[in-house]
Amino acid sequence: MDITFLLNGESVSLHDIPPTTTLLDWLREERGLTGTKEGCNEGDCGACTVMITDAAGSRALNGCILFMPQINGKHVTTVEGLAAPDGALHPAQQSMIDLHGSQCGFCTPGFVVSMATAHLNGATDYDTQLAGNLCRCTGYAPIIRAAESCNDQPVPDHLRFLANNIPRTKPQAARAEPPTHIQPSTTDELAEWYAAHPDATLVAGATDVGLWVTKQFRTLGPIAFLNNCADLHGITMTEDSIRVGAATTLSELEPVMQEHHPDFARMIRRYGAVQVRNAATIGGNIANGSPIGDGPPALIALGATLHLRHGDSRREIPLEDFFIDYGKHDRAPGEFVEAITIPRQRDTLRCYKLSKRFDQDISAVCGCISITGDGQTIQTARLAYGGMAGIPKRAARAEAALIGQPWSEATMQGAMRAMADDFQPLSDMRASAQYRLQTAQNMLLRYFHAANGIETDVQGVRA
Amino acid sequence: MSVSKPLPHDAAALHVTGAARYVDDLPTPRGTLHLAFGLSPAAAGRITTLDLAPVRTASGVTDVLTAQDLIHDCDVSPSNHDEPLLAVDTVHYIGQPLFLVIATSHRAARAAATLAKIEITPTKAILSIQDALAADTRFEDGPRIYEKGDATAALATATHTLDGSIEIGGQEHFYLEGQAALALPQDNGDMAIHSSTQHPTEIQHKVAHAIGKPMHAVRVETRRMGGGFGGKESQGNALAVACAVAAQRSGKPCKMRYDRDDDMIITGKRHDFRIDYTAGFDADGRITALDFTHYVRCGWSMDLSLPVADRAMLHSDNAYHLNDIRITSHRLRTNTQSATAFRGFGGPQGVVGIEKVMDHIAHHLGADPLSIRRANYYSDCDTGGMSVMTGTGTAIDHRTTPDTQTDLSSRGAPPAPSEGAAAQSVPLPAKGVQTTPYHQPVTDCIIGALTERLVETSDYTARRAAIADWNAKQPILKRGIALTPVKFGISFTLTHLNQAGALVHVYQDGSIHLNHGGTEMGQGLNQKIAQIAADRFGVPMEVIKITATDTAKVPNTSATAASSGTDLNGMATLVACDTIRDRIAAHLAERHQAKPAEVAFRDGTVTVAGETMSFAKAVASAYENRVSLSANGFYKTPDIEWDRIKGKGRPFFYFAYGAAVTEVVIDTLTGENRILRTDILHDAGSSLNPAIDIGQIEGGYVQGAGWLTTEELVWDDKGALKTHAPSTYKIPGCSDRPDIFNVALWDQPNPAQTIYRSKAVGEPPLMLGISAFMALSDAVNACGTTYGDLQTPATAEQVLAAVVRARG
Repeated sequence: MDITFLLNGESVSLHDIPPTTTLLDWLREERGLTGTKEGCNEGDCGACTVMITDAAGSRALNGCILFMPQINGKHVTTVEGLAAPDGALHPAQQSMIDLHGSQCGFCTPGFVVSMATAHLNGATDYDTQLAGNLCRCTGYAPIIRAAESCNDQPVPDHLRFLANNIPRTKPQAARAEPPTHIQPSTTDELAEWYAAHPDATLVAGATDVGLWVTKQFRTLGPIAFLNNCADLHGITMTEDSIRVGAATTLSELEPVMQEHHPDFARMIRRYGAVQVRNAATIGGNIANGSPIGDGPPALIALGATLHLRHGDSRREIPLEDFFIDYGKHDRAPGEFVEAITIPRQRDTLRCYKLSKRFDQDISAVCGCISITGDGQTIQTARLAYGGMAGIPKRAARAEAALIGQPWSEATMQGAMRAMADDFQPLSDMRASAQYRLQTAQNMLLRYFHAANGIETDVQGVRA
Repeated sequence: MSVSKPLPHDAAALHVTGAARYVDDLPTPRGTLHLAFGLSPAAAGRITTLDLAPVRTASGVTDVLTAQDLIHDCDVSPSNHDEPLLAVDTVHYIGQPLFLVIATSHRAARAAATLAKIEITPTKAILSIQDALAADTRFEDGPRIYEKGDATAALATATHTLDGSIEIGGQEHFYLEGQAALALPQDNGDMAIHSSTQHPTEIQHKVAHAIGKPMHAVRVETRRMGGGFGGKESQGNALAVACAVAAQRSGKPCKMRYDRDDDMIITGKRHDFRIDYTAGFDADGRITALDFTHYVRCGWSMDLSLPVADRAMLHSDNAYHLNDIRITSHRLRTNTQSATAFRGFGGPQGVVGIEKVMDHIAHHLGADPLSIRRANYYSDCDTGGMSVMTGTGTAIDHRTTPDTQTDLSSRGAPPAPSEGAAAQSVPLPAKGVQTTPYHQPVTDCIIGALTERLVETSDYTARRAAIADWNAKQPILKRGIALTPVKFGISFTLTHLNQAGALVHVYQDGSIHLNHGGTEMGQGLNQKIAQIAADRFGVPMEVIKITATDTAKVPNTSATAASSGTDLNGMATLVACDTIRDRIAAHLAERHQAKPAEVAFRDGTVTVAGETMSFAKAVASAYENRVSLSANGFYKTPDIEWDRIKGKGRPFFYFAYGAAVTEVVIDTLTGENRILRTDILHDAGSSLNPAIDIGQIEGGYVQGAGWLTTEELVWDDKGALKTHAPSTYKIPGCSDRPDIFNVALWDQPNPAQTIYRSKAVGEPPLMLGISAFMALSDAVNACGTTYGDLQTPATAEQVLAAVVRARG
């Protein structure tokens, strides 16, 4: 493919670059910019963090699983581009030196880029902003001190107006000869091409597909890069629903959910880390069909509807019906997820994500629970779980044991017993089957106690 | 005075700008080839088919090697000569290198390495401690036993007895920079190697054998590592040897770096242990008898397992004075990655064992665990700031004249003496002196006073009471608090490794070039040593340049390990600097008819007989008068002697102390937990650089807490490691650090004569993280009346299981 972008202020045009070349490999191997590091090559350590800027602003992304076409028409700032042209260090760089934030120094460039991006965006929630950067030496304390100390310093001029200077690119139309790779600018264009190339791979954020390339050495055949597909992207509010375009990133979904379903937003803040949420899309999270994705349980608990499209024909199904069995989904060849709609409702949703590490970890169990009633009797109950079966799945028997019953601990205990018949979870490196079932059951108890004002969240406790 | 200042890391400005080069960042000559290993898919068995045709024909592949293609001895073991670079006929673990792919790019080599058709006739894989005990697969003839007093007799008469067991998980190093090496062929078949290694001399030695040359034909350079933590003491051998062999064969530069998954699947980790204990104690919780059995899962090859297991035994006492104790250690061979050095080198596992005993006794007696710990502490010693280390100087050495083929610079332990070998008697300390279970007098103890200070500054007593009140009101969440001490022995237990060299050049313009045998892995060693050199010459820091560690500048180095980097190399540097300084002083004294001792070096100037000149001018004068301005320095640690077979002697020059108080909260519905507050008081002697030392303490604590909580290694029933990437193996993240994290240094000079009376600080703080585990145990035990018996790693799942047990 042919792409054009800015690299640390300098225009770069590449002709016929293999579409699955990662930005990290290109920077290090072709460009000799070795400041950006490879720590894991799967988007989990942040050593490869780069700042990507477009009209929507600047955000941190993992360069190791970012394909070159995804930066087409954007501005890439690497660690080498943070200091001012006169060599003056960025405040984040200087404070990392002054406050002893580096030891071995290998994770440091990634941290510094994450810090500079947060600084540019005025974000000061460092536990969240830096959750995607792992450090093995410092124990993080001096890094946080460094981040805090540059809070009140101005954004350097050379970084302040990056978004004003974005290269114009032409959309990449499909070429006649196969294999073809496209970067469509409309959903119609995508729909037509995908119907004609049903064996193609759709790449949205590449947080999953990236690993097919970096770890599994798969060759992908025709690829459609969705990141310039404007009308596949964005959130629309109507009187009775929230419509989320499939290419909407988790980062974009979070503030909307913060308003309507804050517990879902809290869980989104633990979905990957900033760098992953800035790339990963809600459509991708659903369409890859993972039994452990965190989006589907919450959306199923909210009664979401999935909008699928094939060519010009569209259909809608309840999201839970999309997941048929492990690795099997209700999606025809050439059909893709266009959007998801969430019915507007009173917020009774609680999301419980259980993982070994609080931040940036894949759930052992993800339980999303919404129960309504009149304070005496339970009227509706939607209990959707990830990690408990080959697909995201509702606890139908437990729901039945709740509906119409009094709002009491005894009712919860009854539903917990019923849940043992809903799920036969597996044991793996994340958790044992027994632990999964026990905690899935206990999440109901947590829902009940929390609703009654009892402290149930270790995150809320301070020494 | 540059020493004791909190100066930043010497490479900090390079780190933050991305300009600091690691091995994979070095510009390589055109035509450099890239390497990857093809790995065994089976844990044990015989290779029946190794069809490499699809690998050879893959895009970019230039050559593929198997064991049959290796001309020279390509062993990569640091100890027992039991690790062929590439498997010969049989395989011993999933991930063992079977063949070597050489290709035009890193990605081409990796992709091709997955294409071999491999058939292995399996044999029974020994995976667990139980498997190994049942099959009696082990690395020494039988268990090693260290004893003091008579544990059996003392147990028989003890007021109370308890027994129990603790599983102690292993730990992946997760250095952010994976293993890497680059070999550059030189004139005459010589080889220059860049290696991310803690042990350049070991790399030099193994590469020399592998290319069939003497050590002088191999030069190894290590500028810096992106983290080591023990994982680069021996585990880099395979990459450097592979690169050298491929470079010799192809005549081209060869580079190899492991992808993260390969790194975790191929290389060794911290040893996992099970420790069984039987303790006898009185009504006050004072231990009167103790019997420990260590079961150590060593993996498939010996590597450094013997001294690791030894050090676990040597830290079975931690900070506690025990009179009747027996420690039995089984070193078990399994078909898994060969466990290796990891910060603490077995010491942490030994300490977890005794701290579990303290916790268990306290629960049994219904007492605050801290009171039990204090009741058992070694008594504090009156160190008076003076050296109390006066040894007999008798070296104990069972070995005959060393074989030149053996790897003398490795920590692989010397074997037991053969039958009839002259058994030397070990001088034992006089009665009444408090001694460790291995009969070393403890004469520098400060743990009582240090604990008292920490109890005060952390407000331990009031907080413990407040936590009990809080717990009484909370049905779901419970908090816990614990204070645990650390006493850690400093020195290599293989005594002859306690030596170091340095090379200092003063150039005629007054700039100083400094080289020493240690390696920089983030611990700030170069910065500390530069501060020492600047102080010796009385010059500003910018006058000193430390360059890459280089086996051609300082030979026969020991690994930068055992926390010894500064102690050994700092002293060697001091000797080298003082040699040159004294020559300059003698020269100036002669010219000014003064005494050499009256020549003063300070603030970048030299003063003699009332005349002050710049340091550069003094140097120029010395040069013009044909004074040598280059010197090497050598240092060996005095007063240590150790018989690892008998378990007697003085293996350690001194002890480093510290203590931590951690408070946690747990959720009794899911076992989720977090650290709320940590207070640490740690003994770094007279700190050479308080900022660097505090950095080591903070980082060590978090790494130790991670080991015992979220860092879980999981193998499946075939022996495949399932947690081989950061997606599945969870080191602490940013928000896992304590909300409140107070770290202070115990500011008292080391009574032993160390460099500026400082103390080693690399490994000891890792064990401060044990307080987090014990605080979790405390919270678990607040859930019921039965002992929760928390096991490690205390993942949420383990915590919930312990809560269920505690409720009875």
